[in-house]
Amino acid sequence: MANHDIDITVRKGTVHALVGENGAGKSTLMKILYGMQKPDEGTITIDGEQVSFATPADAIARGIGMVHQHFMLADNLTVAENVVLGAEKLHGIGAGARARIKEISDAYGLGVRPDLLVEEIGVADRQRVEILKVLYRGARTLILDEPTAVLVPQEVDALFGNLRELTAEGLTVIFISHKLGEVLSVADDITVIRRGTTVASVEPAGVTPKQLAELMVGSELPTPETRESTVTDRPVLTVSGLRLSGTDSDGVRRDVLADVGFTIHAGEVLGIAGVEGNGQAELVEAIMGIRTADEGTVTLDGADITRHPTRRRREDGIGYIPEDRHRHGLLLEAPLWENRMLGHVTQRPNSKGPWLTARDARADTERIVREYDVRTPGIDVTARSLSGGNQQKLIFGREMSHAPKVLIAAHPTRGVDVGAQSQIWDQIRAARREGLAVLLISADLDELIGLSDSLRVMYRGRLVADADPATITPEELGTAMTGAATGHLAGDAATENPS
Amino acid sequence: MSAASAVTARIKNIDREKIVLGVAAPLLAIVTAVVITSLVMLATGQNPFQAFSVMIDFGTKSDSQVWIINKAIPYYLSAVAVAIGFRMNLFNIGVDGQYRVAAFFAAAVGGALALPGIVQIPVIILTAMLVGALWAGIAGYLKATRGVSEVITTIMLNFIGGSLIGYFLKEGRLAEREGNLIHTKDIPDSSYFFEIPTSVQPIYGTIVIAVAVGIGYWFLLSRTRFGYDLRAVGASESAAEASGVSVKRTVITTMLLSGAVAGLVGMPTLLNISGNYGNDFPTGIGFTGIAIALLGRNSAIGMAFAALLWGFLERTGNQLEFEGYAQEIVGVMQGVIVLSVVVAYELVRRWGIKRQQRFVGEQLAAQAQARKDAEVTA
Repeated sequence: MANHDIDITVRKGTVHALVGENGAGKSTLMKILYGMQKPDEGTITIDGEQVSFATPADAIARGIGMVHQHFMLADNLTVAENVVLGAEKLHGIGAGARARIKEISDAYGLGVRPDLLVEEIGVADRQRVEILKVLYRGARTLILDEPTAVLVPQEVDALFGNLRELTAEGLTVIFISHKLGEVLSVADDITVIRRGTTVASVEPAGVTPKQLAELMVGSELPTPETRESTVTDRPVLTVSGLRLSGTDSDGVRRDVLADVGFTIHAGEVLGIAGVEGNGQAELVEAIMGIRTADEGTVTLDGADITRHPTRRRREDGIGYIPEDRHRHGLLLEAPLWENRMLGHVTQRPNSKGPWLTARDARADTERIVREYDVRTPGIDVTARSLSGGNQQKLIFGREMSHAPKVLIAAHPTRGVDVGAQSQIWDQIRAARREGLAVLLISADLDELIGLSDSLRVMYRGRLVADADPATITPEELGTAMTGAATGHLAGDAATENPS
Repeated sequence: MSAASAVTARIKNIDREKIVLGVAAPLLAIVTAVVITSLVMLATGQNPFQAFSVMIDFGTKSDSQVWIINKAIPYYLSAVAVAIGFRMNLFNIGVDGQYRVAAFFAAAVGGALALPGIVQIPVIILTAMLVGALWAGIAGYLKATRGVSEVITTIMLNFIGGSLIGYFLKEGRLAEREGNLIHTKDIPDSSYFFEIPTSVQPIYGTIVIAVAVGIGYWFLLSRTRFGYDLRAVGASESAAEASGVSVKRTVITTMLLSGAVAGLVGMPTLLNISGNYGNDFPTGIGFTGIAIALLGRNSAIGMAFAALLWGFLERTGNQLEFEGYAQEIVGVMQGVIVLSVVVAYELVRRWGIKRQQRFVGEQLAAQAQARKDAEVTA
């Protein structure tokens, strides 16, 4: 049973936050509210009228709209075309539609420019387009699934401004998030879900983030802080002068990575902050050997691996937690034990010479499931049927099972519940004590500041700033991420001496 | 304790579920096809039940059985060739061209040499595999280096292959004339493959090739590292690449393998029946292979059943004509089966995913409950 005895009441014209671990049943609840799944029991009532949704179309007809965590936009169409797509019947596709888009955009202060191509606009703007899409279809209740996951703090504030405008106009927002600070600042009411059921309804004025988190996990809450330093002076991964050029949407070649260099020592966690799309993904791919750098070298434990293929690098001891686990970390339709082999199929216990050793691999998968607390009924279920946190625990366990020298962790706790998050943090910390070098790329600034021994900020393919995690604040880091501050970020204010 | 045994029971359930899902789709497809063809027959004023009973009666006669098995040998080989590509999302439509070009050159080589059978038969077979691999390899190379869709190149190569054979299949080039037929020089009698005698006609010995290929296919895919890489690319190209599989190399290797197996498709005809490649050499088996690979879910065993079913339909189709039915009804049936298969697989797949997600959810909720109970008692 994914959900049982769920009771929530959302008041009109409010922001109602829904918090809970992944796998707690939030997504199932959302699917039910949005007509993607049918409940076995229970009722949904809108404005005093009992309703039932067979498809999302029914939900939309009742004025419920959903803004998904992953944007559903066609990059090569304009903003206006994206908004109209699939809703051509409402206001046509011409002047009527444009007027309506303009009207909605102005009414709620969304500031959407209808003629730009979606691929030209930033993440925050794309999100506003998604919101506009939903409003255009006549939604009076908006469901936002982890809308702040991809935004920097300043953009989050802007989004919250938009949400307040919406509720001021009498619309209702259901807001799903893991980030408790945000929930407390924007929500009028908060419902906590744990293990498939609603455990508490609270008002933000009456709780602290700590209490809220404890309601979510049902126990002590985790912190990402690493206390004592374990950094040694033995360099494990050295990247120097890395340059990578790519062709952008206009067909112009430009550097997506330029002059990137850093050294990670054994026992050190190097955090890279940055707004997504500033070259972090390319940096990871260059280190993993998925893309070949045009210039520069990558050195692992004293050996130059710049020309090595991905498989060789993995065998040499680079562990990899990819940013998008569905696309790069798992075979979703394959059973867990086959996923345990992914990326390490040439190594024991997965194979011996050219032959697979399924029996050993299965036994080892059982061990990973046990040691890393992957919640699953068995190792023969497909990876797809696990929740995000459990998928990530499996990936983490798999990578740690091959004694990596360095771990490339891209957004290791994104979309992962609080329980799994604290577990992954603990394990990264434990491995770091054992001398593991970690490259941590994250959008979660608390995570970056809490786990890292040193911090760099990436902006437009360059490492433009560095900071000491002991003194830096998320706000200062956020400023550097927008390119407004460079050089060494001192603890107090946005800094001088640009390099 | 009981919780643990319950869990193992449920895990066994997953295995059973796998089998149920595996069988459900083809069964659903065939039942749908039977219903639709019945409707077609009713609409044309014929009695479907009569037709089906004729098919079953005639199809199970012993000489029919032998005919069906012999027919199924090249079908099966062709299906395996297609399936190797399918398993990594490569659509090798060119099996047809590959086996014809391969059979042609193998026949030419076989006709030109006069070695003892024990040497010459392997030479002919290896030539066929090599030529088939080469012909498919062109498409693989273009896909890997230039990103050209293998669908386009393999279709084109089918035509080019046809023309190539047309060019060489002329008197004075690689062929000789015999009445209305033009064919390559006959291979020596010693180069014929053995036959397995039965009470009726013999079964072609090339069936051992088909069985060996089937076992090899299963073993390669499920028991070797290479097979894992291949399936990984098929399941998710991006994940495979991130895991260290060289997608380009796998594309080329897979196309070579698929082509080599395709090269074998013409062998039952060449080594057991005709002894030469003439303008009456069977064509179109490559396309039949696509349908059979689809029907058999790319599984070594499933495709064997599918190939036999196809043979059965063709055999009984001939008979239906004698009984006054339109022979085309079998063509309709085959077409409807393929369409139903595509639809049925997708339906069953989605249903399976839903079922499993629900099952995992239930199981985890039960575990959590058990843990809670344990805490309470502790």
